[in-house]
Amino acid sequence: MELDAIIVGAGPAGCACGYKLAQAGLEVMVVERGKFAGAKNMWGGAFYGPALSELLPSLWEEAPVERYVACQRLSLLTDENCLSIEFTTPRFSQLPYNGFTLLRSKFDRWLAAKTEEAGAIVATGFEVDDLLWDGNRVAGVKSGSDELPASVVVACDGVNSILAQKAGLRGELKPSEVKQGVKEVIAFPRETVEQCFGLTGDEGVAWEFVGTCTRGLPGGGFIYTNKESLSVGIVVQLNALIEQGIKANDLLEDFKSHPTVAKLLDGGKLAEYSAHLIPVLGIDMMPRLYTDGLLVAGDAAAFVIGTGLILEGANFAVASGVAAAEAVARAKKKGDFSAKSLACYQELLEQSFVLKDLKTFRQAHRFLENPRIYGTYPKLVCDFAEKLFTSNGQPKKRAWQLLREAMKGKVSLWRIARDLMQGKGAV
Amino acid sequence: MNPISIEDKLAVNKYDIDKDIHIKIREDICQTCDGHYCLYACPAECFRLEEGRIIFSYEGCLECGSCRIACDRGAIDWILPRPGFGICYEYG
Repeated sequence: MELDAIIVGAGPAGCACGYKLAQAGLEVMVVERGKFAGAKNMWGGAFYGPALSELLPSLWEEAPVERYVACQRLSLLTDENCLSIEFTTPRFSQLPYNGFTLLRSKFDRWLAAKTEEAGAIVATGFEVDDLLWDGNRVAGVKSGSDELPASVVVACDGVNSILAQKAGLRGELKPSEVKQGVKEVIAFPRETVEQCFGLTGDEGVAWEFVGTCTRGLPGGGFIYTNKESLSVGIVVQLNALIEQGIKANDLLEDFKSHPTVAKLLDGGKLAEYSAHLIPVLGIDMMPRLYTDGLLVAGDAAAFVIGTGLILEGANFAVASGVAAAEAVARAKKKGDFSAKSLACYQELLEQSFVLKDLKTFRQAHRFLENPRIYGTYPKLVCDFAEKLFTSNGQPKKRAWQLLREAMKGKVSLWRIARDLMQGKGAV
Repeated sequence: MNPISIEDKLAVNKYDIDKDIHIKIREDICQTCDGHYCLYACPAECFRLEEGRIIFSYEGCLECGSCRIACDRGAIDWILPRPGFGICYEYG
C-alpha cells in the first residue's frame, strides 16, 4: 500500500506532523537519519508557549522535560562587569508552563515514541538521498537504490534542508543567513544547580547574555538550567566569525571565564559539546513553502524568531508541523496533492502565530546587525552602573550626570535616539 | 572550570565513526585559497592549517553544515555520514 505521507526528519516539526496525521488515520512514515530521534539534534535549551501541550495533553505527566522556566534573565557584559535584569512571576510556575528547558536527545526520542504510539511508522537510521519525481510532481523519496513512493512528502529536515533545495524551493544557505550555536552541557549534582541559582523543585532559569562574550559580533551567550546540568553556550553570526577570523569555541571559553559565569561552573564536569546552525533572517529567507507533492516545515522553512529579547523556534516547528498535517489531511480528502491543493498550508500558517510573528519581527535581523548592541551599549550601561553603585568617599553626582559621563566618547544622545527608533520598529 | 581544549571536548562526545569519510576537501582548491573560512566556520575545529596546507579530519564533525556554506571556493564536498554513523548526542 502506498503511503499517504513521508515525513523526513523526526524533530519537533516532523513528529508533530506525523502524530497529527496518524491520529487522523492516514498512512504515515517518519524517517530519521539518526540512530534514534534526537541523536543529531541540539539547541540552546527552552521551549516556549502552548504548541506542545496542545498537541500532547499528557506532556507534563510524561515528557522528559528538565525544568520549567521560573526566571527569565538578561545580562549585559563587559570584560569583568555584568548588569542584569530578571523577571519572575508565580504565573510562570503554574501549569501550563510558559516555558521549560529540555535536552533534545531525550525529548525528541520521547516525542518520536509518542508519534509511533499514535500509529505512524517511525524509521530511524534511515537516509533520504533524494526526492522521487513523477514529472514535475514530488512522488516520494529515494534512499540508496530504494524508492519509497508517497502521495506527499513533508520536509522537516532542518536548517540545512537538502530536500527544500532539491525541490527547487530555495537556494543554497548563506553564512549571513545563519547563526552558529555551540554549547556545553556541564553536569552538576542536582542540589548544586538549585543552590547556585536559588531554585526549588523543578524551577529553572533561562538566561541570555549580550556584550563582550561575542567580542562585538552579533550574537550572545546563554545559560539554561537542566535538572542535573547547565547548558552553556554562544550563538554568533556565521559570516561574522569567518570574516573576523574568530572561532565560536574560543568565544565560548571566554564566556565561561567571565567572572559572573565562571563561579557558577566551578566543580562542573563537561558532559557534551555540540553545535548547530540557526536560520535567522525569518521571512526574508523563507523558502516557498509547498510545491506539487511537497511541504516544508520547521527550521527547514526558517521558522525561527530571534529578536535578542525573544528566541523561539521549536514552538514554530511544532505549529508548522501541525499546520502541514492539516493541509495534508485536507488534500487527502480531495484526493489532490497538487500545489494548488496544498496551498492551504500557507493560509493555515498565516492564520496562526507562525507567519504572524515572523511578519511582526521581519525587521529584527536588520536591527540586530547594529554593532553598538554588542559593544557600545553593554559597556555604557555597565560603566554607568559602576559609577552609580561605587561609593568611594568622593562627593556623589546625580544619575543623569553619571550617565552622560558614561556616554562620553562612546555614543551621542542623538545616536541612541536613532537606535531606539530603529528598535521600536523591529523588536 | 579550567579551560578545555577542543580535542578534550570532542573526546567526551559519543560518535560512531564510519570508515567512509563523509566530507572530502579538494586540496588543489585549498592551495589557492587565502581566506581559509573553514578554519573559523567549523565549531569542532576539524580543519587545521599546517605548513600552508589545509588538513581535515572528519572524526570530530558535529554535522552542523557550517563548513559547507562557509567555503566560497567549492572545495568542500559535504554529504551526511551514513545512517547510524557520526555524532550521536546523548544530551543535545
